[in-house]
Amino acid sequence: MKLILDIAVTHIVSRLRQTLVGLLGVAMGVGFSVMMAALMEGSQRDFVSQLVDNMPHITMTDERRNPPRQPAEDTFDVVQFSGLRTPETRPGIKNPYAIIAELEAWLTGAVAPSVQSRAVIRFAGRDTAANVTGIDPRRERDVSKLATQIRGGTLDALYKSSNAIILGDKLAAKIGARIGNTISVASGRGDVLTCTVVALFHSGISQSDETQSYTLLKTAQILAGQTGIINAMRIRVTSILEAMAIARRIEAQTGYKAVSWQEANEDLLSAFEIRNFIMYTVVGAILLVASFGTYNIISTITHEKTRDIAILKSLGFTEKAVRRIFLIEALLIGAAGTVIGWALGYVLCIALGTISFKSPFMDATHLPIHYTASHYAIAALVALSASAVAGYLPARKAARVHPVEIIRGAS
Amino acid sequence: MERADTPDMALSRTSASADPLITLRGVTKTIGDGVLTTLVRDIDLEVRRGEFIAITGPSGSGKSSLLYLLGLLDVPTSGEVFVRQVPVNALGEQARAAIRLSVIGFVFQFHFLLPEFTAFANVKLPMRALGRLDDAAMDARAGALLASLGLEDHMHKTPGRLSGGQRQRVAIARALANEPHVILADEPTGNLDSQSSEQVLGIFRKLVDETGRALVMVTHDLDLAARADRQIRIVDGQIVEPSA
Ligand SMILES: Nc1ncnc2c1ncn2[C@@H]1O[C@H](COP(=O)(O)OP(=O)(O)OP(=O)(O)O)[C@@H](O)[C@H]1O
Ligand SMILES: [Mg+2]
Repeated sequence: MKLILDIAVTHIVSRLRQTLVGLLGVAMGVGFSVMMAALMEGSQRDFVSQLVDNMPHITMTDERRNPPRQPAEDTFDVVQFSGLRTPETRPGIKNPYAIIAELEAWLTGAVAPSVQSRAVIRFAGRDTAANVTGIDPRRERDVSKLATQIRGGTLDALYKSSNAIILGDKLAAKIGARIGNTISVASGRGDVLTCTVVALFHSGISQSDETQSYTLLKTAQILAGQTGIINAMRIRVTSILEAMAIARRIEAQTGYKAVSWQEANEDLLSAFEIRNFIMYTVVGAILLVASFGTYNIISTITHEKTRDIAILKSLGFTEKAVRRIFLIEALLIGAAGTVIGWALGYVLCIALGTISFKSPFMDATHLPIHYTASHYAIAALVALSASAVAGYLPARKAARVHPVEIIRGAS
Repeated sequence: MERADTPDMALSRTSASADPLITLRGVTKTIGDGVLTTLVRDIDLEVRRGEFIAITGPSGSGKSSLLYLLGLLDVPTSGEVFVRQVPVNALGEQARAAIRLSVIGFVFQFHFLLPEFTAFANVKLPMRALGRLDDAAMDARAGALLASLGLEDHMHKTPGRLSGGQRQRVAIARALANEPHVILADEPTGNLDSQSSEQVLGIFRKLVDETGRALVMVTHDLDLAARADRQIRIVDGQIVEPSA
């Protein structure tokens, strides 16, 4: 085996320039793949973490996952009901504070009650639809980043005046409202409240900045026309990846529908899967192309070395041994290229990470780069497999060289 | 005749000195798909221990082809080849390679040394492939072989820095590396001047006389052939005058 390695090394060292070209091909393939993977995963993680940071990890609402059993079902023996009317008001969560206490008993994280309702906000003749979420500022702090996203005030400003409201900055811009202005908020049922804008918030997620507003629980309850109602619990957990399991447990415990951030963003996450699939395909293609260089070198070497192959075989080398020589050459080039490619990829990542962007649409000023050993391992695996294939084809051909033909031709 | 499962088992049997090392029985080799060319026809030949055989004949008569068959580099179209009385036609590629490695040494007209390796490394190569000796023993043997062929000052030169005669002697040393029973030489002096040819022939003669190996040498030179124990003349792929 050592002998085979010696011969292999001798061959590739004797074609140093070609070897270097092939090596660089693999190195660039690996380097760019690593860089691309770091960038793709970095941006994805950045996006997810922004998403996760901005919303409660789990939202428990007053809905049920399966329609509740109708009272009529207990009385009548039928298969289907028609003409049942849904109540106009939301049922709300029963005994919300008892549930909070129950959840807080085992949950590592925080729970905050809220009232979700829809309203039309009107100011200076302009109006727009908005979500009005009633919150408890003291508890809200623990379940979302809202407190840190307030501009021109604090979350506690909600206590400053009766019917205080905090608007998303884009929502405020849309209707031209500023801090201190009085706006009117009309509920779906037609009730109109006059509210004072006490602060703005900016989450960086347009969807939320354009449509969201916050008030005290009480204000939202008045708007909904249901005193004391709580229709959603906002829950933040310490380990976000367990959110799904925790949501299931909450649902089992309370009977109310609890949606984890993963479930809420299912289509987004599956879009990421597609994106990743595309990424790995492209990475694979890059490395495949890079391995053509290796194929080229090994082919050239086997051509140049037919005479040596013939003599090795006449000496008593088996086809397998000959094949191994060239396979090892390809793998050596692949391995060396991989190591250089790792360094290249790492340097590229660092370089990209230092580039800063000033864009009005993005909060991130640096490209998000994700560093993980698995990117390097995958790139190496693909590069080495591609090298093995690239080496195997010419190696097999070389091993089949019939020594008699070559020896006849040379003497 | 017993059947050997592995070539090694068969070859390690100690044989009486009259035992043939390689036997060809009715061997014919034809090539080509449509138009058949017969390289050698119906050859019966025994190569015995301690025997120096010279093969002569006109160009294109099939001498090299015969040597390739003797050395298991080629497979006959019909007839049987025996190595130490074991039939080898049916053996697989690996088994035949193993026999070449341990039983047969080739010397060709062209030296066929690996150009990147030194003379020393070239001689060590078959020993390393066989793997029977440890590294120190291989070094010692390679050094001794090269020295015995007058190459002690040229061991660490690559073939490109050796003269034709020196290269051919390195090739002979390599052929002898694994102590083969049979050495097959195809015009080993074809590229050498008369002085170098004389030297090579001296080495061969000594080898047969002192170590009891068998040697089969193809040559055009009738003077050299005359110094063999036995001469075989080939014309049109057939032995025409087997003589003692
Ligand atoms: N691949 C081939 N296709 C066709 N004919 C071939 C082939 N190989 C060898 N021959 C023919 O087979 C015959 C025997 O060739 P061989 O090399 O054995 O002769 P030789 O006696 O060694 O000749 P020389 O003394 O010139 O080396 C020659 O006539 C040669 O032309
Ligand atoms: Mg010939």
